[in-house]
Amino acid sequence: MTYSYELPPTPSHTVGPFFGYALPFPEGGDLAPAHHPDTLTLRGRVLDGAGDPVPDAFVEIWQPGPDGSRTGAPGSMRRDPVTGQGAGRNGVDFTGFGRISTDADGQWAVHTLPPGGVPYVCLAVFARGLMHHLHTRAYLADDPADALLSSLPEQRRATLIAEPVPGAHRTYRFDIRLQGEGETVFLETA
Amino acid sequence: MSALPPDLSQSGIDAEVAKAQASATTEHHPPRDFPPYRSSALRHPKHPPIPLRDPEAVELSGPAFGTTDIGPLDQDLTRHHTGEPLGERITVAGHVLDRRGRPVRRQLVELWQANAAGRYAHQRDQHPAPLDPNFTGFGRCLTDDEGRYSFTTIRPGAYPWRNHTNAWRPAHIHFSLFGEAFTQRLVTQMYFPGDPLFPFDPILQAVTEQSARDRLVATYDHDLSVPEWSLGYRWDIVLDGPAATWFEDEEEGHR
Repeated sequence: MTYSYELPPTPSHTVGPFFGYALPFPEGGDLAPAHHPDTLTLRGRVLDGAGDPVPDAFVEIWQPGPDGSRTGAPGSMRRDPVTGQGAGRNGVDFTGFGRISTDADGQWAVHTLPPGGVPYVCLAVFARGLMHHLHTRAYLADDPADALLSSLPEQRRATLIAEPVPGAHRTYRFDIRLQGEGETVFLETA
Repeated sequence: MSALPPDLSQSGIDAEVAKAQASATTEHHPPRDFPPYRSSALRHPKHPPIPLRDPEAVELSGPAFGTTDIGPLDQDLTRHHTGEPLGERITVAGHVLDRRGRPVRRQLVELWQANAAGRYAHQRDQHPAPLDPNFTGFGRCLTDDEGRYSFTTIRPGAYPWRNHTNAWRPAHIHFSLFGEAFTQRLVTQMYFPGDPLFPFDPILQAVTEQSARDRLVATYDHDLSVPEWSLGYRWDIVLDGPAATWFEDEEEGHR
């Protein structure tokens, strides 16, 4: 597939180390409406080429709603009109979007609903040292018919499958390895 | 890994930049592996990315934002505290377009930056320049129906960093943008025209083509300056990547 482009794009740059007072927002990883029975947890770490945690990254998630809708909904980053500060989500609408900073151990987690119509959620990772963010997918179930998965050799394909965490309710682990052994499959989107 | 320790002088970095630029194969975006930008060493994938060629991919759609996500003062970074921030008040405005030149409508633009002295409101920034109690340095807005955005802020200062000896970042404003598709997501930095630090900065120079670097530099626009108030800088942004509607357009075109 080729696209007809007329304008050259604005080049990407790193987010640098100091986005933390600006980009994160309250309930950034809490996509699922409060107490929704279908809520699942997707958690993992961002690791560098030495296997060390990346403590100054953030992960964004984008996914269809449980009904397969891909329109999203406003309200991920609601503002409180009184204080001008972040108000959190309204606890009802599913926006399909979230943003989570990694902690000092490189850990991130989201609480979301199962994506409708596809077995995966879209993830993008941004970090100091990363001049251009990276897209990947976390598959909540292996799907032999999936075009992307079936195009990959077994070892690389495994990096896209989120592993159920034994003993943890509806919880999956998905580590993002930026480089080296077990390097996550990343996607070229342009 | 090189057997020799890296030369951390500016001239050593300049030589590394020249070498990395000469061997770069990327046209528009910086290579993720750019050795003179030290932090990239362990944070770039070694495998080439897998092209996304599925017209049904979820990445071809994207999140929505609306008025509930924007506060009334989010566009004016000089009004987030009780007093006026120090520094030169500026207006930064422009269009957000896709690569077909169409306006990106009703989408989120986020911006963050250092204060006029070159210090971020972040605890890990310990550069000995003053914090400004009247400036945090974060704003957001939605583009309008013509794809326009506008912010009022102050001109940020340059600041030192530890990439190499005497490393200084040219003054810049960080931007984060959404298109109609997740594929069009962009995080980048806007620079100010004529900055003498451009040739010394391995982050800007990681964009290996001069014409591409030029697209990161705003233009002083006297018509955008507000009398007795602010100086105007115009910066248009073009988001890379396709969106689902591109396929719909093409299907319609075939009918």
